[in-house]
Formats: sequence, structure tokens, C-alpha cells
Amino acid sequence: MRIPCPYCGPRDAHEFTCLGDATLTRPDPAAPDAASAFHDYVYRRDNPAGPHRELWYHGGGCRSWLEVTRDTRTHAITDARFAADRSSAAQGTEDRP
Amino acid sequence: MRYSFLSLLANAVSGQRLWTPAWRDAAPKPSYDAVIVGGGGHGLATAYYLAKEHGLHNIAVLEKGWIGSGNAGRNTTIIRSNYGLPGNIPFYEWSMTLWEGLERDLNYNTMVSQRGILNLYHSDPQRDAYARRGNAMRLHGVDAELLDREQVRAMLPFLNFDNARFPIQGGLLQRRAGTARHDGVVWGYARAASRLGVDIVQNCAVTGFLRDGERIVGVETSRGPIHAPKVGLAVAGHSSHVAHMAGLRLPIESHVLQAFVSEGIKPLIPNVITFGAGHFYISQSDKGGLVFGGDIDGYNSYAQRGNLPVVEDVCEGGMALMPRIGRLRLLRGWGGVMDMSMDGSPIIDRTPIPGLYLNAGWCYGGFKATPASGWCFAHAIARDEPHPAAAAFRLDRFATGHLIDEKGVGAQPNLH
Ligand SMILES: Cc1cc2nc3c(=O)[nH]c(=O)nc-3n(C[C@H](O)[C@H](O)[C@H](O)COP(=O)(O)OP(=O)(O)OC[C@H]3O[C@@H](n4cnc5c(N)ncnc54)[C@H](O)[C@@H]3O)c2cc1C
Ligand SMILES: [Zn+2]
Repeated sequence: MRIPCPYCGPRDAHEFTCLGDATLTRPDPAAPDAASAFHDYVYRRDNPAGPHRELWYHGGGCRSWLEVTRDTRTHAITDARFAADRSSAAQGTEDRP
Repeated sequence: MRYSFLSLLANAVSGQRLWTPAWRDAAPKPSYDAVIVGGGGHGLATAYYLAKEHGLHNIAVLEKGWIGSGNAGRNTTIIRSNYGLPGNIPFYEWSMTLWEGLERDLNYNTMVSQRGILNLYHSDPQRDAYARRGNAMRLHGVDAELLDREQVRAMLPFLNFDNARFPIQGGLLQRRAGTARHDGVVWGYARAASRLGVDIVQNCAVTGFLRDGERIVGVETSRGPIHAPKVGLAVAGHSSHVAHMAGLRLPIESHVLQAFVSEGIKPLIPNVITFGAGHFYISQSDKGGLVFGGDIDGYNSYAQRGNLPVVEDVCEGGMALMPRIGRLRLLRGWGGVMDMSMDGSPIIDRTPIPGLYLNAGWCYGGFKATPASGWCFAHAIARDEPHPAAAAFRLDRFATGHLIDEKGVGAQPNLH
């Protein structure tokens, strides 16, 4: 498996560490349903068989956090971008769960 | 046919023509008293104990491929009960007890071999941790012995004791642990269940659930709908996917674990050895191949195959532990899809949906659990209450905070 880092180019997977699901958003701790929202956030996962957006850290390269879209059935990677761009986009108009 | 010395003899003198199929490959009936989804070790054991211990004979196991095609036929066959936490110890020890009588009970050779497992330690803090785990085991009546370096050397003189970074200082030994033949376990349970009237239905994938309001009253399958007031899921790596069809979102990620076997050699490794400074474990099969593995790959996967970084990592672990295996050739490597739970421990429970029962979250350690998992899941399904030995394996423990985190690494499946 090779991950196309937007900064370093395609690099072997062993340079990276996987954190997991990138679609989770930290709930508001002050919300009335915070306990159950945190239970979902910390423990429950969609765990799809198919395209999966996930966070990878390029520790053996540019040390950036990436958001990678990868098919869990084939390991084919269709997209890789800086996670930092993703969070600024998330605060903007782009629709994210 | 019951297997015995007489059945062997009868077949020996009749040209082996009297053997009958070990179990019935059944066609699905429109309804059952209960169905178990997943024909791995756990599903088949559950059906067997439902029939034997709870008198439910009108039941079926539905398997999407062939029985044992999942992790039951892909694991490295280690059985042990050397756990350290109160929720785990009684359960795995009950499993070990069942293993010890399994062949007689099933009338099938599952090749249970109590050759022992030795967990090596390489530092003082690790020795303390192993001593603590050994003491916890002994307080629960489980056998454990803490060996020092010289005792380990007497047992396994070929290990690399003076590795500069990770010298071997000793190990925690469980003599009653060992290995069993994985396919034999699958076929043994299938045969014993089939003899009690259980239908084993292959090529029958569950594709949805039949509902009556909230309640689940059966399953949709690739071979038509099947009605049953009780449905038990034992689909291991596919738990999230199947539970999702019922509207449940589980505390599970599916990850790939690889394993390897070398060419066959003369007897070298007398037991199961685990390296304490990396993740590497090894034993030798009865055919002579060295069977070994290490960490999961670390990313979500349903692919049943892994990548090279872990192959390299496993081989480095092996070379650090016993350099003499360096010239062996690798015969095969493969992968299986693990249902990694968020605390590394399993779930055997009812679900919030009436009629639906869940057996999942076995991570890379569910083979050893096969007998007790079947025993306790059958109990939960038949009696609608948890079995005492599995009472801690609740689905709601993640909400209530009663996690069972043997490794203490937190809600991070790829670290368990
Ligand atoms: C490489 C490797 C090494 C391992 N080593 C060990 C070890 O040394 N010791 C140990 O204790 N454990 C080990 N394990 C873990 C152990 O194999 C598993 O935890 C255990 O086998 C899981 O239970 P099972 O046997 O029921 O699973 P499986 O055999 O995977 O059974 C699940 C079944 O469900 C079926 N299924 C899935 N979806 C559907 C559907 N929709 N409809 C119908 N059927 C479906 C699958 O086809 C499969 O046959 C290892 C696993 C792997 C992959
Ligand atoms: Zn990079």
C-alpha cells in the first residue's frame, strides 16, 4: 500500500500511522445529551466495507496529518489531502458530517 | 456413525467404504426456533450447546460461504487462559476446561495439545507485570509459573538470550495452554451439532432482517426468508456490517491480521513462545511448519490480506528472538478480518432489539474462546440472561464505563 502524500508524493505505508475514522466530530460537552453523544463519538464506528475516510500521520516524512479516502475491501486509495485543509473547509461552507 | 476403535476396524477390513459424511449439508427450512448467523467456530459451538444443554433441536446455522471459511480456518490455533482481569479470567478458564474434555464430548479429534505457552519478559517492569498477571491467574485457580532466565534456557536453549536491547530475563508459563486443530474444531462442532438435529446451511448469506414492529422475527437470506423468534449473530469480522442491517452501530472496527507458516522441519519448538519486546508469537504444527504472526496491520480492512510493513515487522521480531529461523523459507502467508472491539474484549449479550443476540468483538483471540463462547452465547439465547462466566461481556459496558481493557491502551482498536 502506498499513500499519495500531497507534500511528499507517493510513499510506502510503513512511513505512516493510522488513527482511524476521520468523519467523527467531537460533541459539545455542554449539550444536554453530552454523555450519550460522547459514547457515540468515543466508542461507536460505522466501520464500512467500502470507501472509508481516515486520518493518517506521515511520521516518517513531512509529519503532516492527512485525510485519506481508502476502500476497506481493496485498500485502493482514491484521495489524500492535508487534514488541516479539511478542518478549515469544515468551518467554511463544505458540508461535512 | 460414532467414531471408535470398532468403526476404524470395520472400515479397515471393508476398504474404507462404510464411512458416512461427517455432518449433514442441509437445505434451509422456512422457520426454526432459533437461527445462528455465521458458521465459524463460535456459531457452530453455539448451535451445539443450544441443542445439547438447552434442548433446542429445531435450529439452524446459516453460513454465507462454507463453514470454517472465516477466521476459524485462518487462525494460529493458540489456546490459553492466561488473562489478568477479573471479567476475563473465569471465562477463558471455563473455555480451557471445555477444551480439556472436548474430544470426548464431541467424539472428534480436535487435536488439543497442551504443550504450554511461554510469554517472555525482557525487563524488570515487565517481570513485575507478568508476576502480577500470574498471581491473578493463580488466585482464580488457573495454572501459572514465573520462570527465570536459567529455567527458560533449560527449556528453550536456542533463543537469543543476549540480545543487546532485549535480553531474555525469564517468562510466564501456562503449562495447560497449547494449540488445537482449527478445522478439526469446526468440523467436530458441526458434526456433533448435526447429530443432534441442527441444520447446517452453507452458501446462505444473511442480507437483512424480518421485523414485527421492533422485534426481529427472522432473517432475509440469499436462499429466501427464514423465520425464527431468536436470531444470534456470530459473524466475527462482519459484525458491524450485519448488525447495521438491524440498525445497530457497534463499538467495533474490522482490521486485518496476518499469519505465516514456514516449510516443514523436524521438531524444533516444543510449545508456544511469545516475544515480549515486540509482537511475535510462534509454535510448530504437527506437520512441522513453524506457524507465526504478530500485530494487526492497524487500519480498517475487509480485504483478508495485509501489507508488507507488518510482514517485515513480524520477521524482525522472529529474528530478534530466534535468529536460527532466518534461513527457513516461508510457505504461505494469509490474512483474516478481525472484529476489533474498542476495549479489546468481546461482547456476548442480548441487544436492545428484542429477538436479536450478539456475539462479537473477539479481536485476534477468539479461537481459544470457541467452546466457552458457544456455551455462554447458547445460555444467553436460550435463557435470555447472561451466563455468569460471560456476565462482564456486556454491549452497554462502553456506555456505563465498565470496560475490560487487558492492555490498558484505551478506545483505540489498532493498539489492542
Ligand atoms: C491470522 C489469524 C490468527 C489468529 N490466531 C488466533 C490464535 O492463535 N488464538 C486465538 O484464540 N484466536 C486467534 N485468532 C482469532 C480467531 O480466529 C477469531 O477470533 C475467531 O475465529 C472468531 O470466531 P469464529 O470462529 O466464529 O469466526 P469466523 O470463522 O470468522 O466465523 C464467522 C462466519 O460468519 C460468516 N458470515 C459473515 N457474514 C455473514 C452473513 N451476512 N451471512 C451468513 N454468514 C456470514 C463468515 O463467512 C464466517 O464463516 C486469529 C485470527 C486470525 C485471522
Ligand atoms: Zn508527507
